[in-house]
Parts: sequence; structure tokens; C-alpha cells
Amino acid sequence: MSASTTGADLWEVFVRPRRGLAHVHAGSIHAADAEMALRNARDVFTRRQEGVSIWVVPSAAVSATSPDEQDSFFDPAADKAYRHPTFYEVPDDLHL
Amino acid sequence: MTSTSEATPTRGAVQVYALALGDDALIASHRVAEWIAHAPQIEEDVALGNIALDLLGQARLLLQYAGSLADPPRTEDDLAYFRDERAFRNVSLVERPNGDFAVTMARLLLFSAYQLELYTRLTASADPVLASIAAKAVKEVEYHRDHARQWTLRLGDGTPESHLRMQTAVDAEWPWSAELFAGGWIAADVLAAGIAVDPAQLEAPVLEWVRGTVAEATLAEPQAGAAVSSGREGRHTEAMGFLLAEMQHLARSHPGATW
Repeated sequence: MSASTTGADLWEVFVRPRRGLAHVHAGSIHAADAEMALRNARDVFTRRQEGVSIWVVPSAAVSATSPDEQDSFFDPAADKAYRHPTFYEVPDDLHL
Repeated sequence: MTSTSEATPTRGAVQVYALALGDDALIASHRVAEWIAHAPQIEEDVALGNIALDLLGQARLLLQYAGSLADPPRTEDDLAYFRDERAFRNVSLVERPNGDFAVTMARLLLFSAYQLELYTRLTASADPVLASIAAKAVKEVEYHRDHARQWTLRLGDGTPESHLRMQTAVDAEWPWSAELFAGGWIAADVLAAGIAVDPAQLEAPVLEWVRGTVAEATLAEPQAGAAVSSGREGRHTEAMGFLLAEMQHLARSHPGATW
């Protein structure tokens, strides 16, 4: 895990805004361990009642796609219009 | 308690009580706020900012109430910015200079443990205003106490350097906590009417909790006896004048200034 100059590691913070909603990535913070990470996240990201639950994950535990792989990962989806469910006729009685 | 005139404490006696609790919160808030932009991490800056603002909020409510009981009434700003040192009733513990981060955490450990026990009991006060201020504050100070505890555990049971600093801080601050538990300054009728909490009741639960945390942090309880302090009577340590000079300077230089 990458240690900063203050001896604290980086953590990714996920906040659940309300019951029934999913945890959403809110940002990242520094902390020496998981307990302090939760408290720092509380102080930084839920000062204005933004959440009812917090997850913290060591940033080093997150595997991410590389910007270099952007073309092969995402571009091929661009011309596959048939993947979008837009070719079905919606019956008139069905109100979406 | 009752509405008979003899049993009802004077407004002045309740005012002194609210003023002392408000001054504790105000001066503690100022010392914590001095850390902002100097904390070990930016995350701690935010945490200390939250704690300082919680304390300032408590101070505002308590000083507003104390001011409303004064004759003629005074505003929270009158009380915070236009009183001189001898009129402040806070304990010496909260005015002591910051020192290093361990000192601030040791002081917060003692002060928030005291405030939590105090406010928990004050929610049952016969004075509805004090009871509702306490009900709002009790969750806030529970978090302050947890914050101080987390840092005390990590610094005490951390590196040899952090252990030494945390022990030095506990040794220096603990003796000043004795003044929190002295109740001689509270009018007897305010206690008898169930308006105030007898501070002597708080000593055992507060120190039991602090002892537990200090032991878990591999620190030793200091052997020194209680520090002699008389902040509740308005006689403060040398640090208080410098604190007030900084805190009051703007309001006194520009009376009536607003944002």
C-alpha cells in the first residue's frame, strides 16, 4: 500500500445516501487504519447528512482499468447499437 | 422543583451556571480551532474543525441563555467578546496552551469524557432550556470522546516517540481535570432544584472511563495530585489573557461589524 508523507495510507470511500440506495464512491481520504478511515470519511463526506452508511476500502485493493486499454475495453461497444433494447415495439397499454 | 418563591433559584444563580458551562465550551472551541491548517493531516483538520464548531454551537446556546437571564439582557457576542478575563468562568484545563497534537488529544479525552457524563445527566434538568441544549450536545460530545480515544490508543500504543509524547501529555493535562469535578461555585439552590448537575457525581464515571482508555493505550496514570486552579472564580492562568486578546481582538477593534 502506498504510504503518504504523513505515514497514512489512502482509502476509497463509498457512501450510501439513504436506505435502499447503493453505496456510491464519494472520494478518497488518508488514514492510518480502517477505523480511522471510517471516522475521517464521516468528517469529510457526511458533514451535511449526505449518508447513512460508509464503506472504506484500501485504495491499493482496487484493481482498475488502465487508460492505455481504453480503446480495446470500451470503444468496441460504440457501434453495437443492437445491444440497446431500442428495437422492441412497446405495446400502447404498457406505461413505462 | 416547585414554583414557590423560596425554592426557586434566582435568575442570577442559573445564569452563573449557564455561563460557566458556556465558557468551558467557548474556550475549548477556540483552542481546538487554533489547530486548523496545522493538523497532522488535512483529514484531521476537518475533524478538528467539526469538533471546534460543535463546541462553538454549544457555547452559543449556553451564552444566549445566560445572556437572556442577565439584567439588562446581554447577547452572546457581548458575553464572548466584551467581557474581560476575570468575568470568564471556564476551568483552567480548557485555556491551557495547545502544545503538540498529543496534548490536544489528552485534553479532549478528559474534557469530552466530562462533557458526555455532564450532558447525559443534564438532559434531565429541571430547567427545560438547559435540558434541551444538553440533549442536542450529547451526541456531539460522544463523537469527540471517541475521536480522542482513537488517537490516544494509536499514539500511546504506537512508536516509542508517540508513546513518550502521549504519556507526557496525559501527565501534564490530567491534574487539571480536578477542577471539572469541584462544585463549590454552584449555588446550593440551583443544585437542590435539580437544575444543575453536581460535578462531584461525574468524577467516578469520567475517571473510570479515562483510566480504561489510558491503560488500553499502554500508558500510565499520572501520580501527581490535582493542580490548583481557580478558573470558576475568574482567576485564570497566564495563557488566558493571550487567548482572549486573539479571540476578542476583531470584535473589539470593529464593534458591531457583520459579515
